[in-house]
Amino acid sequence: MYIILAWRNIWRNPRRTIVILMAVIIGVWSMIFLGALMRGMETQMVKNSISTLTGSIQIHNQNYRNDPVVENSMDNIDKLDKALSKTQDPGTLWAKRVRVNAIASNARHATGVTLVGIEPEKEVKISFIGNTMISGRFLLPGDKNKIIVGKAFLKKFNTKIGNKLILMSQDTQKEIASKAFRIVGIFSAESEAVEKQFVFVPISQAAKMLKMGDSISEISIILPRLDITGKKETQAAKKLITAIGDDTFVVETWQQLLPMIKAYLEMSEFFLYIWYFVVFVAMGFGIVNTTLMAIFERMREFGLMKALGMRPFQIIKGVVTETFFLLVLGILTGIILGFLSVVAIAKNGIDLSALAAGTQMWGIPRILYPEIWARDVVVAGLVVLLLGILVSLYPAFKAAGVTPTTAMRKN
Amino acid sequence: MAIVETKNIKKTYKQGKVIVEALCGIDLIVDKAAFVALAGPSGSGKTTMLNIIGGLDLPDSGSVIVDNNCFADMNQADLASLRLHKIGFVFQAFNLIPVLSAIENVEYVMLLQGVPKIERCDRAKGILDDVGLKGKYDRRPAELSGGQQQRVAVARAIVSNPAIVLADEPTANLDSKTGEDLVLMMKKMNTEKKVTFIFSTHDKMVMDYATRLVTIKDGLIVNDEIKA
Repeated sequence: MYIILAWRNIWRNPRRTIVILMAVIIGVWSMIFLGALMRGMETQMVKNSISTLTGSIQIHNQNYRNDPVVENSMDNIDKLDKALSKTQDPGTLWAKRVRVNAIASNARHATGVTLVGIEPEKEVKISFIGNTMISGRFLLPGDKNKIIVGKAFLKKFNTKIGNKLILMSQDTQKEIASKAFRIVGIFSAESEAVEKQFVFVPISQAAKMLKMGDSISEISIILPRLDITGKKETQAAKKLITAIGDDTFVVETWQQLLPMIKAYLEMSEFFLYIWYFVVFVAMGFGIVNTTLMAIFERMREFGLMKALGMRPFQIIKGVVTETFFLLVLGILTGIILGFLSVVAIAKNGIDLSALAAGTQMWGIPRILYPEIWARDVVVAGLVVLLLGILVSLYPAFKAAGVTPTTAMRKN
Repeated sequence: MAIVETKNIKKTYKQGKVIVEALCGIDLIVDKAAFVALAGPSGSGKTTMLNIIGGLDLPDSGSVIVDNNCFADMNQADLASLRLHKIGFVFQAFNLIPVLSAIENVEYVMLLQGVPKIERCDRAKGILDDVGLKGKYDRRPAELSGGQQQRVAVARAIVSNPAIVLADEPTANLDSKTGEDLVLMMKKMNTEKKVTFIFSTHDKMVMDYATRLVTIKDGLIVNDEIKA
């Protein structure tokens, strides 16, 4: 009967109940929807960053990251291959790369680029380059003197598929090495900067040009599933470090490789919770105000209840139960509306092209696809429910503190 | 056998800067199964006396004993428990919880007492039948007349077999016919179920049905008449 009484009490004044319900619904909806937009952006940022040659984990020579030159490349690759095969879960993919700074030039232009020597058949599965060919063809393992470049690079160099490009860098003997490559394909990336920065050749060609022998610059590893918290990557990296057991190699996760992205994610999480708090404060005033109004209207009734022998805690329980119903109803409706809103825009996403120029550096996508995280839904619901109940205690205590004789004299 | 015993009850109120002496030393003994009317003009102290007997208010001095429970030894929680188990109340108005039906209003006190649902329902129906509200179990207070609402209040007051029922001007808001019906019904409960009723009134008709008429004036008992 307590439940029946509480449920009927909240519908005594339907207009007032609907107003406060709307406040809760809009609050929860905004928490879910804004959270989904932020999560979608975060996930795509991390995915873009990972697929832009970072990977979930990378292995380098211990000096490579401070000085990415060919001298700081890795030998004894079989050992790394064995450690990877032994420790990584099924579905984990990895590829070797040679990666050095180089000068690309043709008859009219010259620019600094990052020359990336790749294993085409493996690279296609772990980085963006496999899915972003817009013209020509991708590299084949046996290709000789073939290169693929970005769309923006092609435009900048005013060149085309079939034309030659000269790459120049320093080899392992500290001599200038140069080689002519013929453009066979063009890729497009989320960011123009990536299109201009990277040029890709088969790893054998890069090694030959730089006189690296079997050495490589890095191994990039992609885990079967992205964990935006980075926990799985950290575990996998730890296993790998133990299996390699050699300090000359450094194993780093994407969070270590992309500290700015990591910092952004932490900041974003913080702002999301600030938003939750702001929404709740606005909602909390509404809840207290509405509950107080309802309490003051029913003071005589609370007096009657106490006269009949109802204990103060039972009155508190009754008022809190009413608030609980209001909140649960509002939270569930808000969550459903949040889901529906996300579903409505999930297919086509939100086009951020107009803003993209300034955000590409961060890996923020041109089209934003919202993503609902169960954790965010639970946190939003619990924040509203628990804090809502907490603020309703004030009116509840007011009601419980009423003196029967005083309350029943009130008009 | 005395069910209520008060000794030298005094009570003052502050109204602004004025101190009002509501009760000036009242001694009253009420026997079990009595049907007592507290009469007197407005402001004489009838309601204050009922509130003190019901444990809703505490006297400034004097002692109150209800069904062998001395109020001086009891805290607020004990008094609430006493009201719940030993005392039934019927007020002049605003007696019922508006969102509950007649049967739910009657069940409500038993719910607080922890009576199981089936028993609650059976007893509530039985008592509503006794007060003449058969078939009106599911009506909300707004769907009942003033007299019917007071009958529900009486049913709620007696359903738990309390030691006493205190009724504060129960007929004040009713027309004379409905008021008389209500008093007759209370009288019937008094006779058949041996429920002790103490009610305040200034209605002559209601006083006529009382077996004992206690007249209060200016906070003192000025007349105590046992009727045949």
